[in-house]
Amino acid sequence: MKRYFHKELTELENKLILLGEKSHQVVQLAVEGLIENNLDKVNEAYKMDDYVDVLEMEISHACIRYMSLRGPVSSDLRLLVVALKASKDFERIADEAHSIAQKSYRLLTTEGSLKNTLNLSEMGKLVCELVNDSISCFVKEDIDKAFLILKRDHEIDAINQKHFDILSNEAFRDEMSDAARFDLMLISKSIERIGDHAKNIAGGVIFLLNGDQ
Amino acid sequence: MNVNFDIQEKQAQPTKPPKPVIKTKDLDFAYGDSQALFNISMDIFKKEVTAFIGPSGCGKSTLLRCFNRMNDLINSANIKKGTIRISDIDIYNKDVDVIELRKHVGMVFQKSNPFPKSIYENIAYGMRIQGVKKRSELDETVESSLRGAALWDEVKDRLNKSALGLSGGQQQRLCIARTLAVKPKIILMDEPCSALDPVATAKVEELIHKLKKNYTIVVVTHNMQQAARVSDRTAFFYLGRLVEYETTEQIFMNPKNSKTEAYVSGRFG
Repeated sequence: MKRYFHKELTELENKLILLGEKSHQVVQLAVEGLIENNLDKVNEAYKMDDYVDVLEMEISHACIRYMSLRGPVSSDLRLLVVALKASKDFERIADEAHSIAQKSYRLLTTEGSLKNTLNLSEMGKLVCELVNDSISCFVKEDIDKAFLILKRDHEIDAINQKHFDILSNEAFRDEMSDAARFDLMLISKSIERIGDHAKNIAGGVIFLLNGDQ
Repeated sequence: MNVNFDIQEKQAQPTKPPKPVIKTKDLDFAYGDSQALFNISMDIFKKEVTAFIGPSGCGKSTLLRCFNRMNDLINSANIKKGTIRISDIDIYNKDVDVIELRKHVGMVFQKSNPFPKSIYENIAYGMRIQGVKKRSELDETVESSLRGAALWDEVKDRLNKSALGLSGGQQQRLCIARTLAVKPKIILMDEPCSALDPVATAKVEELIHKLKKNYTIVVVTHNMQQAARVSDRTAFFYLGRLVEYETTEQIFMNPKNSKTEAYVSGRFG
């Protein structure tokens, strides 16, 4: 029997998907702006963060309200727990993207453009895919895709480690200023953190679908 | 991916202030020497569901029964002080016709109490004693009342069978249909689901939710989950006093009074 308040759960799911899409959009703009030396995209990514924060707060409130008033159990309760955690992850993803945009702006306006020494393009593409997949595995209830995200996160970790090794190498010092190297290291770290958040969301989807913690 | 993007565009709409239909002011009520209600002041709002919660003996049913003067049937019961106004009429004024009042303010009880008559006659009874004889008018009201109580589809083929053959949940919805037949504006429900199983309870709760579009409903319940699920506002009573009366969201998410907090979180007593 469908109860009148079950539509609140559907609204919550829609809002979570919307938050995911917005977070993905911020990441894509920030990463593409950096790789394509495109200040417009960087600026757009920088501006989008506030809306994501508002959505995250609305989702948290809706989850707590539903838990307080509707007495959810089983898969409904799991959905609320996952929505609470995933919304926080999406919000953090957007925060990291915001931070990437901030540093990219500084880099692009001071250094002009990026050298191709780093593998930021592949790393950025990979993380955008993971964020997108984390949303679609939730929407399509695709547990296989969720498990795949857990595996693919290691690829990003490995690239980040490589970037760290390159940027901390003495030989790279002549290529750019210390400040620029430091910004690039932080950008790489932010992308790696975004991958971690996508992995957390995938873990949440697995918990939602099969109840395993 | 089908996502409802409408929520992006949603703007805060100015909400109309709710309109009070029952105004209780400084009410003291006693059964003989034993005072049951102390200085109760509260407004019940139009087309909302208001839940009364509190431990046994806190006065919630007593107050509910004051709203249609059911307490008049108890000799020792008396209002010592205060007023209750419904649609701006003092219902304890000596000129008030109690029968008219009870048509305006219907009541559903804890235990379903269908008459030992057919399903049809249970609904038609109230109208017959009001003098309605026309069969088509009776038929129309029986159907609309049963539809209003979400029971029509289940009983339309056996309207002439005894109401006592219905399940407990159906009997309770029949009693709600019987209340609707006399076209009240307010419906009082005194623990309407306490004798029902979870499925029948869910159906009655769905019905309450549907009915609030057209009626003002006050429900007394011991089931706090039910109060949280069905009501717009909740009043918590303790030892005859109104401790806290707020939106249901406020009462269950962040009550102001520590007694309310203890009661809704099960730490009471």
